[in-house]
Amino acid sequence: MQTPTLFALLLLLVLVAYGTGFSRALAAARSRGGMRNLAALPTYYGTHTALWCGLPALILLGAWLAFDDPIIRSLVMGAIEDKPDTIAGRDLLYSQIQNLAAGNLFGEPSAQVKAAAERLTSLQAAASTLQTIIVLVLSLGLGAFTLLRFSPEVRAREKVEKVLRGVLVTCASAAILTTVGILLSVLFESLRFFQSVPVTEFLFGLHWSPQMALRADQVGSSGAFGAVPLFTGTLMVSAIAMFVAVPVGLMSAIYLAEYASNRVRSLAKPVIEILAGVPTVVYGFFAALTVAPFVREVATSIGLQASSESALAAGLVMGVMIIPFVSSLSDDVINAVPQSLRDGALGLGSTHSETVRKVVIPAALPGIVGGVLLAVSRAIGETMIVVMAAGLAANLTANPLESVTTVTVQIVTLLVGDQEFDSPKTLAAFALGLMLFLSTLVLNFIALHVVKKYREQYD
Amino acid sequence: MNTMILDAGNAAPAATGQVEQDTVETNIKVSETVGQPLCKDAKLSMRNVNVFYGETQAIHDVSLDIGRNEVVAMIGPSGCGKSTFLRCINRMNDTIESCRVEGDLTLDGEPIYGPKVDVVPLRARVGMVFQKPNPFPKTIYENVAYGPKIHGIASRRAELDEIVENSLRRAGLWDEVKDRLDKPGTGLSGGQQQRLCIARAIAVSPEVILMDEPCSALDPIATARIEELIDELRKNYTIAIVTHSMQQAARVSQRTAYFHLGHLVEVNDTETVFTNPQHELTEAYITGRFG
Repeated sequence: MQTPTLFALLLLLVLVAYGTGFSRALAAARSRGGMRNLAALPTYYGTHTALWCGLPALILLGAWLAFDDPIIRSLVMGAIEDKPDTIAGRDLLYSQIQNLAAGNLFGEPSAQVKAAAERLTSLQAAASTLQTIIVLVLSLGLGAFTLLRFSPEVRAREKVEKVLRGVLVTCASAAILTTVGILLSVLFESLRFFQSVPVTEFLFGLHWSPQMALRADQVGSSGAFGAVPLFTGTLMVSAIAMFVAVPVGLMSAIYLAEYASNRVRSLAKPVIEILAGVPTVVYGFFAALTVAPFVREVATSIGLQASSESALAAGLVMGVMIIPFVSSLSDDVINAVPQSLRDGALGLGSTHSETVRKVVIPAALPGIVGGVLLAVSRAIGETMIVVMAAGLAANLTANPLESVTTVTVQIVTLLVGDQEFDSPKTLAAFALGLMLFLSTLVLNFIALHVVKKYREQYD
Repeated sequence: MNTMILDAGNAAPAATGQVEQDTVETNIKVSETVGQPLCKDAKLSMRNVNVFYGETQAIHDVSLDIGRNEVVAMIGPSGCGKSTFLRCINRMNDTIESCRVEGDLTLDGEPIYGPKVDVVPLRARVGMVFQKPNPFPKTIYENVAYGPKIHGIASRRAELDEIVENSLRRAGLWDEVKDRLDKPGTGLSGGQQQRLCIARAIAVSPEVILMDEPCSALDPIATARIEELIDELRKNYTIAIVTHSMQQAARVSQRTAYFHLGHLVEVNDTETVFTNPQHELTEAYITGRFG
């Protein structure tokens, strides 16, 4: 039987199991004189039966799907006598066999391949039948067993809740495991990169030119992997962005939280938060097509040299993008400052602005700092705007009017297009990714710690 | 001095058969209140105060004087408007958007409300201590120095040090905190925090101190210390205190005002209120039949 059909059948069985368990419980309740004499509500008995009927069979089905292909392959390949020596050769041979089994003919296959294809077809058919039988037997068997064991004393609710807790734990760990998985894969690829390029050169080298010679006769592209220009570029663009976002965001938060009337706040807050919903690619072409030329014109008109793509343009637009982030977080933190502190300050004869400057903001400062740190890690990780507006040239410069490049931009350019996955050029992207990952991780860690500490103070 | 008012007040019910008084000096009607709401040498005088929260009226036509160096206690069941009334005196109700205050309120004869009145110096003259201790998240020293700093009272560090020490001494907190003035005020115990808030209020040398249930979050020992302190402070300040504890009102105040559902029912010498209340609502409250 095909897997989707089997799956549908299993679902049907689960529904039947639920209904049977439910009605058994209802009948038991009637004969015992009321729901109170059951150990759990009928829905729990239904769910209990359905879980036993469906869950083990489902887990088995998943495991089967994960492992049957490799097992069949090893059986088929094991029967072949003269195998190619290389992995690639064996892969090629197996895909030839698979194609033949699926009915796609490319040229005249050898007798050996034909025999293997027949073997593959028969093995697959057998596996499918076996799968159907085992899954259905398991499902029906456990379902029936649960129904047989049914009694009003069975603590169905506790059992169901135990399973549900397991489901919740699985979901919660999925995100964490994914993060760990990403970190590990990036880490191992980076280690491969550091085998060909020394860590010290990567961290402290001043020259970044990742183009490698593909053929021996190419000249001038030996590759240089000093990441310092990328780090400084990232820092400069992020610094410009924070220079825009922190004052504007903070002041708009102060206005909204302390001065605006309810009507203004209910209008302005959503509007500011809409800024956060604009896709970064839109900000990107706004930066590249509107802001960057404007910056260059202004710079030229006051007699400065400016390139058409500049750190300043990218930083400014990125700053605007981060404003809602800073203002929304700060607004929440400022609102969380207890009214009693404001009353205390006002009661001593502070003016409104003294109250805000000397009591509310200092009280909210740890939370604001936490929000700003989160915003910084956003700025460091931001890609689209800098790809479009900051340029690709890895200049080591402190002049914001020149074009710079950032870690994220280089990751994009290194991985766009056809790549060899064993050249340092491609692997460099993983090393850069690791740096980025670690720095934002540390920033987020500090930020969350600071925010948490602030919460403890008032709860 | 009070007898004159009292006489006038007693004359009116005799004539109209209602509990109603007229003041001698201003001839403003003091509706409903029995006893002696007014006095001659008033530091604070409030006449015909009405307070509204949006459409709801929280205070109905209350008139009350608070004399110099006098402690007036305001008692009454929850929601009777005593805190609202107290907050009218230093205009803390301004911070509530929907709140509207009507009536004549004067401090030393100068109006408290009005377009020409600057609320900042007013609040420096009328200090306030809140129900929940609310020290700023700053050091103990900075908490007390906050007021003098914003009002420019002390120009030199030495002066500021002196003000801080004096205020803490008067609040009876100096000996406990003199070695840790640089520690955060939020780290003190509840009672210490409240005394810190009192020190903070004293530091701006106000003329009146308003206390809104200052002991409701404190244990009996801390409460006793604050009550002693209030008695001490009376020499220099005029004090209005809202309290839920009738024993506290009896211990610290010279006069007691009983509020009921936004009305000022009775004002009399504290002893009179607690031994011989004139209004049946007051009697019901202090004997514990409701509240």
